Amino acid sequence: MSYVAIADRDHEQEHHDPQTFITKYIWSQDHKVIAVQYGITAIFVGLIALCLSAMMRLQLGFPDEFTFINPENYYQFITMHGMIMVIYLLTALFLGGFGNYLIPLMCGSRDMVFPYLNMLSYWVYLLSVIILIISFFVPGGSTGAGWTLYPPQAIMQGTPGIDLGIILMLVSLAVFIVAFTMGGLNYVTTVLQARCKGMTLMRMPLSVWGIFTATVLGLLAFPALLVSAIMMLLDKTLLTSFFMPAISSMGADPGYTGGSPILFQHLFWFFGHPEVYIVALPAFGIVSDLLSTHARKNIFGYRMMVWAIIAIGGLSFVVWAHHMYVSGMNPYFGFFFATTTLIIAVPTAIKVYNWRFGKAIFTCVSRCCFPSALFSRLFMAG
Amino acid sequence: MPFAVVLILLVVGSILFHILSPWTFTELASNWAMVDFTVDITLWVTGVVFVAVNLFMAYCVIKFRHKKGARSTYEPENKKLETWLTGLTAVGVAAMLTPGLVVWDQFVSVPEEAHVVEAVGQQWHWTFRYPGKDGKLGEVDNERISSQNPFGIDPEDPNGQDDIVVYSPEAHIPLDRPVKFLLRSKDVLHDFAVAQFRVKMDLVPGMDTFLWLTPTKAGRFEILCEELCGIGHHTMRGAVIVDEQQDFDNWLARQSTFSEHMATPEGNAAIGAAQYGICAACHGQQGEGIVAMNAPKIAGMPDWYLKRQIKNYKRGLRGVHADDKFGQQMVGMVATLVDDTAIDNVTAHIATFPDKPPETTIDGDLAHGKKLYAVCAYCHGGDGMGNEALNAPRIAGMSDWYIARQLSNFKEGVRGAHPGDYYGFQMGLMGQSLHDEQAVNNIVAYINTL
Ligand code: HEC
Ligand code: HEC
Ligand SMILES: [Cu+2]
Ligand SMILES: [Cu+2]
Repeated sequence: MSYVAIADRDHEQEHHDPQTFITKYIWSQDHKVIAVQYGITAIFVGLIALCLSAMMRLQLGFPDEFTFINPENYYQFITMHGMIMVIYLLTALFLGGFGNYLIPLMCGSRDMVFPYLNMLSYWVYLLSVIILIISFFVPGGSTGAGWTLYPPQAIMQGTPGIDLGIILMLVSLAVFIVAFTMGGLNYVTTVLQARCKGMTLMRMPLSVWGIFTATVLGLLAFPALLVSAIMMLLDKTLLTSFFMPAISSMGADPGYTGGSPILFQHLFWFFGHPEVYIVALPAFGIVSDLLSTHARKNIFGYRMMVWAIIAIGGLSFVVWAHHMYVSGMNPYFGFFFATTTLIIAVPTAIKVYNWRFGKAIFTCVSRCCFPSALFSRLFMAG
Repeated sequence: MPFAVVLILLVVGSILFHILSPWTFTELASNWAMVDFTVDITLWVTGVVFVAVNLFMAYCVIKFRHKKGARSTYEPENKKLETWLTGLTAVGVAAMLTPGLVVWDQFVSVPEEAHVVEAVGQQWHWTFRYPGKDGKLGEVDNERISSQNPFGIDPEDPNGQDDIVVYSPEAHIPLDRPVKFLLRSKDVLHDFAVAQFRVKMDLVPGMDTFLWLTPTKAGRFEILCEELCGIGHHTMRGAVIVDEQQDFDNWLARQSTFSEHMATPEGNAAIGAAQYGICAACHGQQGEGIVAMNAPKIAGMPDWYLKRQIKNYKRGLRGVHADDKFGQQMVGMVATLVDDTAIDNVTAHIATFPDKPPETTIDGDLAHGKKLYAVCAYCHGGDGMGNEALNAPRIAGMSDWYIARQLSNFKEGVRGAHPGDYYGFQMGLMGQSLHDEQAVNNIVAYINTL
């Protein structure tokens, strides 16, 4: 029997048409509604992060007027701003929002393959956001360890929010990763299994390629963050010593021995570097599609673009320690990571060239391509 | 069209800015000119690409602007062009990478003739250790750290006996000799960075890290901690002072070794009593402080802090500011304490005084004061009793009018402004969070309740 794409097996499809307002807009299993829920929640936390950054600016600009922002608050704001922007806003918006909305539409599938899981994914994400927000209001406030949460300082005296603040932060991260994994499995499976007839991989829109690759990266990278969050929780609450060597903290011995702070940094950046691309690849893909649409031109070098996305995705797992050259890790690692890091610049540059050429030959300048043209310029300059 | 003009202006502007920019590299004071060279190469490669791509885009925007009837052509791929571009990029990347790898190779291979200085970081201070005559550093262990043995040196280890311990944030090194800084942390991650030397490295508790350099200019260079290490991170300052060899040798000879440090006799309170006679006129018979003389309570103040302040007055680090008229009085008085032994004796005598709570003279909004005090508690403790490990003195149960005066002195740079007064400087930075007199009164009123 010849293979029939799932999307085309009409009779097998279960129709879960929404019944009431609640099932339609709240406990919804419809990917478009879930996408909007993700988007709204992500933008909402993003606004919180925006306020935090505005307050930091005000403190810097007018230190004698904004007296309620003390040094503790400043560190807490900068930490939460970074964490929210990278994880709770960007990751959720690009994958949960755009991913959910675009994948089924662009691949021609009915919906995500696991609609129920998809719904759960959103509600668990919301839970992680709520935990995050609660951490602002616990005694001692939220953590002020910097968004990288490096131990020992993240859980040792001298840093703001070393009690409930850091504990809730780590719990929230763990919950977020659970939510992401549910959504991520869905996106990957949908892209691989539920495309409509004729939508071969090499015909998929670059937006979907970007989101798909980013999701694969996420599924491989987030577990590293999950284990480090759990290990640090244990170090904090049960005094284990995964990341904690023997130290003398403010003249007293807190009782740790033998752990390695560098181990945390490796785990963190093994997640942290792919995270850069988890956020960037969907954006790259969307920009490619926007440019080509508004330039009324096909994407120049489409196949090259796809391979560049895949190459960036693959390489992004072998460059993490470029965040750690002077962290005290074995200095010989430096050679390897410097080399891989510059190699990853090649496929990234290819993408930029292709945007340029895509545009180079355009015959009508549409106003709409302005923002995306601006993006490709900004990215290049960066 | 306007878009093209903007693009071209942007390119021209960037180039002009680069040429006319007031921002330059910090002056170089070490052998690491190669680091600047790699930065320059990166700037050139990326700069050329930036200019080329933007001008090309401007050209296209003009050339292919909307014309009636024009139709776009279908050209999905162009093998040759794509191969060329990839090749050229690879060349550019290689040009940036190669010098980087070369300089990194030099950085990880420490010259054999380099002498060793250990820099020890802690929240939020620097201290240093030199190997002494035998050229070897003794074993250390964070678990052995105490106020007696702040470096945690093994007292049994023969190599450690002659180690030179510098319990101050100032390290000296000789000019033109390669030096390897061994880096060690007592508590959390820190980072040893001197902008003029161009190299930096994290301090990681539980392991030793290093960096090396050859200083090529004499002078004082500030050490910044460049790893967020807690609330006092921005106050974690020190200095490397590059001396001529002779000056360096003299300085080193004046520092005490570990065994000398451990063998320092306790001060003699009986002898100190005679020396205290003169102090009593202002600070009171029992060190209780006399408001009329503007002299604060010193009874109950830990001796390490008293010693440091007396030495600061002697060395001209405190009481030298033109507006510090009370501090200036003290400068004359400490001249009567001729040497370290005299200082040890008089502080030993002060330690025998009863610690009676002084009368309080300042009222304020306790709730606001409590909120403000949250930051102070990191160093001075929740109970205001101070913490020797952080070099922060007791501030609770002392003369409140004096505390208030010191806080405004710190804020106005009357105290803690001398470059050699690192502890006062740190306090000065933290004191910035008290914005006005009202805030000072509120916080002092709260400290009175501790
Ligand atoms: C002429 C009066 C006078 C005499 C005599 C005097 N002091 Fe002082 N002392 C002061 C004043 C005034 C201050 C406060 C300085 C300031 O406000 O900055 C002070 C401050 C100090 C401090 C710093 C306290 C702190 O908390 O930082 C110490 C320590 C000290 N004196 C020790 C001594 C010793 C020891 C002697 C005897 C050798 C002595 N003083 C003699 C007037 C005096
Ligand atoms: C980063 C640590 C740190 C923090 C935070 C800090 N201090 Fe200090 N403070 C110090 C150190 C170190 C000294 C000793 C300065 C010296 O040796 O000259 C000091 C000295 C003082 C003194 C002078 C005591 C005397 O006897 O002369 C006062 C008063 C003081 N601090 C008050 C405060 C208050 C109030 C706050 C909160 C706004 C605060 N400190 C926050 C480290 C700190
Ligand atoms: Cu990275
Ligand atoms: Cu530090």
